[in-house]
Amino acid sequence: MTLKSVALATAFAVAAAMPMAGPANAGTPKNMLIMAKNIDDLITLDPAEVFEFTGGEVIANVYDRVMMFEPEDLTTLVGGVTESHTISDDGKTIVFKVRAGQTFHSGNPVTAADVAFSLRRVVKLKKTPSFILTQFGWNKGNVDGLIKTVDAMHVSVTMAADFSPGLLLNALSAGVGSVVDMKEVMKHAKDGDFGYGWLKNHSAGSGAYSLQTWNANEIVSLSAHAGYRHGAPAMGRIVMRHVPEPAAQRLMVEKGDADMARDLTPDQIKGMMGNADIVVGDYPKAALIYMATNNAHPILGKDKVRQAIRYVVDYKGMADSFLAGQYKIHQAFWPSGLWGSLGETPFEMDLAKAKALLAEAGHGSGFEIVIDTLKKSPYPEIAQSVQAALAKIGVKSQIILSEGKTLWPKYRARKHQLIVAQWSPDYVDPHSNADAFAHNPDNRMEAKLTGKLAWRTSWENPSINAMTESAAKELDLVKREKLYMDLQRKVQMDGPFTVMFQKSEQVASRKNVKNFVSGANFDLVFYRTITK
Amino acid sequence: MSQDTVNAKTTIEAAGRISRSALPSRLFAIAKHGFSILLTFVGLTAITFIIGRVMPADPVLAIVGDRASNEVYEAMRLQLGLDKPLIQQYLIYLSNILQGDFGTSIMTTRPVLDDIIRFFPATLELATIATIFGVFLGIPMGVLAAVNQGRLIDHVIRIIGLFGYSVPIFWLGMVALLIFYAGLGWLPGPGRIAVYYDGIVEARSGIILLDSALQGEWEIFWNALHHLVLPASMLATFALAYIARMTRSFMLDQLNQEYILTARVKGLSEGAVIWRHAFRNVLVQLITIIGLTYASLLEGSVLTETIFAWPGIGQYITTSLFNADMNAVIGGTVVVGICFVGVNVLSDILYRIVDPRSHD
Repeated sequence: MTLKSVALATAFAVAAAMPMAGPANAGTPKNMLIMAKNIDDLITLDPAEVFEFTGGEVIANVYDRVMMFEPEDLTTLVGGVTESHTISDDGKTIVFKVRAGQTFHSGNPVTAADVAFSLRRVVKLKKTPSFILTQFGWNKGNVDGLIKTVDAMHVSVTMAADFSPGLLLNALSAGVGSVVDMKEVMKHAKDGDFGYGWLKNHSAGSGAYSLQTWNANEIVSLSAHAGYRHGAPAMGRIVMRHVPEPAAQRLMVEKGDADMARDLTPDQIKGMMGNADIVVGDYPKAALIYMATNNAHPILGKDKVRQAIRYVVDYKGMADSFLAGQYKIHQAFWPSGLWGSLGETPFEMDLAKAKALLAEAGHGSGFEIVIDTLKKSPYPEIAQSVQAALAKIGVKSQIILSEGKTLWPKYRARKHQLIVAQWSPDYVDPHSNADAFAHNPDNRMEAKLTGKLAWRTSWENPSINAMTESAAKELDLVKREKLYMDLQRKVQMDGPFTVMFQKSEQVASRKNVKNFVSGANFDLVFYRTITK
Repeated sequence: MSQDTVNAKTTIEAAGRISRSALPSRLFAIAKHGFSILLTFVGLTAITFIIGRVMPADPVLAIVGDRASNEVYEAMRLQLGLDKPLIQQYLIYLSNILQGDFGTSIMTTRPVLDDIIRFFPATLELATIATIFGVFLGIPMGVLAAVNQGRLIDHVIRIIGLFGYSVPIFWLGMVALLIFYAGLGWLPGPGRIAVYYDGIVEARSGIILLDSALQGEWEIFWNALHHLVLPASMLATFALAYIARMTRSFMLDQLNQEYILTARVKGLSEGAVIWRHAFRNVLVQLITIIGLTYASLLEGSVLTETIFAWPGIGQYITTSLFNADMNAVIGGTVVVGICFVGVNVLSDILYRIVDPRSHD
């Protein structure tokens, strides 16, 4: 009786806990695309503020911009919300003509007033990416006079700084060039915030999709805009499901519960190669992994030592092993695949040469340094490879792994020695990276040009500064491209940076998913072309 | 007046004094209890706040990003009030909390309280189901093992316990997904509910099972229940292992007592001896163990939540911590604190019910 009752109780509990046979899932609905993706970097969806990967991707599909790269041709800059533009003779003023017949998701028509409002809003809100526009000399005080409507469909934009109009057009294709629905946004404005509090987690655009839901760490859901200027997209709904664990992403796409897995590791991609239901797409991205030495460091600041470090990196060894498929060798500051890029790779691992350079610099017997990098893969692996190679030329190093939020303050305060980090352009113009890697007009500590990598590394070179400035101003495109090539070569040889790799995104999709377009920059990802 | 009458009178008076003084003393006990809870919370917020401010992660950079110009950075620092002395920052924060304002999360852009209301039910659902599994499987297993001490069944249960204790949950989670989701297809994969059901049920309690049942959406109820089985089982293996092990050891203690021998000698059935005598005596201790297990599951299990893409409080607090999102971290910590206190109070009430000695 006793044992029987205990056994019965256990059996009952087991029965109660037994899973019922679940409904077998026959794939995702035909007009819906489900992505498994880690979306924990998403902190805002206001185009005046978005600067993160996931956010950039979402707003690229929700807002049409003043200028755009369209998925049909990612290399040609064309008008987005605007149909055409004319540049004044002095190159300072551009008048844009807004396309007729466009509507926002709210049903409101897109007008010149919306364009002017959107650009002014970015300048006045002064969030992180606002520098993309304020570099043209606009500020709270003058922007209303410099960006203004001419009539209902024309808007005039005048630069207050000396820049090439080509650069301005490129900059207006960045997220800050997104056109927001003025009437809708201002309905939700509070205490003069231009609707910022509301737009962080709502949408008011004229793009192919509108935001339906964003639940942080859970889901982003977009609905197709039936009145989109290119016609309603095939996928009526796009869902980004937050699946932080890549292995779980793999299972979901293999099982057909997700149409796409976005964050798979090289191992997982390799493991899926034999699966006939899955197609792996390779998309070269503009993200670079580089190493930077602190020029204020008594040893690392020496030219020969910087040179030596460039010969220590086992570029090929890493690219062929743990980075295979996801990174390729790239050694200039502007990524390949974009206008103005430099494909030359003059450096390869040469320890004898590195050792000789160290000896010439007076450090033949080696020294000790600290390597700082991020905790997440592949940064620790890269740092370890560099550490092992440095050891072979007598340089002892200690690796410190940190989360970004801990590492960046250190880097911005110039407290690093050697750092392995990543950089992506803010917009598709070589000036975006030239300004970061090459331009440091004031090297004093109190100047706090913390957004510039050249300042963070205490590296100032007047002739390179001048070159960067003249390239940004150059009106002739051929000359401008050549200037950037030269600039990249110079920084490659003299700068404190060892650019090592360029990212290639690998996306695993179900084989019925077609026409996903993911361009070089983080916000050139398009859903409207996708079919299933 | 006889001596007896005097004695009786004294006794009655004494009784009267006791009953008159019982009320204030109980009030005093409640006030003391309340004060200690309050002190716990002040301490909890203070420690979390200080850790948040002294750790090297920069909350300003978490908002403006690492490329922000110094001007943008400084403007945000002022806006967050980080230029003020630490103690002033803390007092402002504390007074806001007392008004029910936990601040806004950087990561989700929403008020922390709204976030907690959204994330906590997911954890509550998971932890409750896991604890129920743990209790209903763990207790019978523990009793069975104790009754059969040293026999095969005892060894088998010990191995199961050891497994639940020592196998890393992320491994177990992945293997479970591989077998029951990818392989056999019996159960759905990561997530709380199938995407196409998302947003159909109105979130009243936030607990999908409850909301869907109340709104008569049975299809969604079953879908959510299926999604719950794997992650809840992962947490349940831990709960089960712990509860079974403790039950076994408590039961062994009791079964070796003389009163058990007496009961057997009296001719009581073995079932009555085990359940009515021995088990009743371990109940109080078990309540403590179950309470602690439940409270620790309510903290949220980061690994389980990560593997199963479960939007719970554990993942919320951890992600916030990595992003230096201190409002969210402190808010989450306070909720976890409330859970512990709540579960303790609940255990106290249960003691009173099951243990006659704790009655007045």
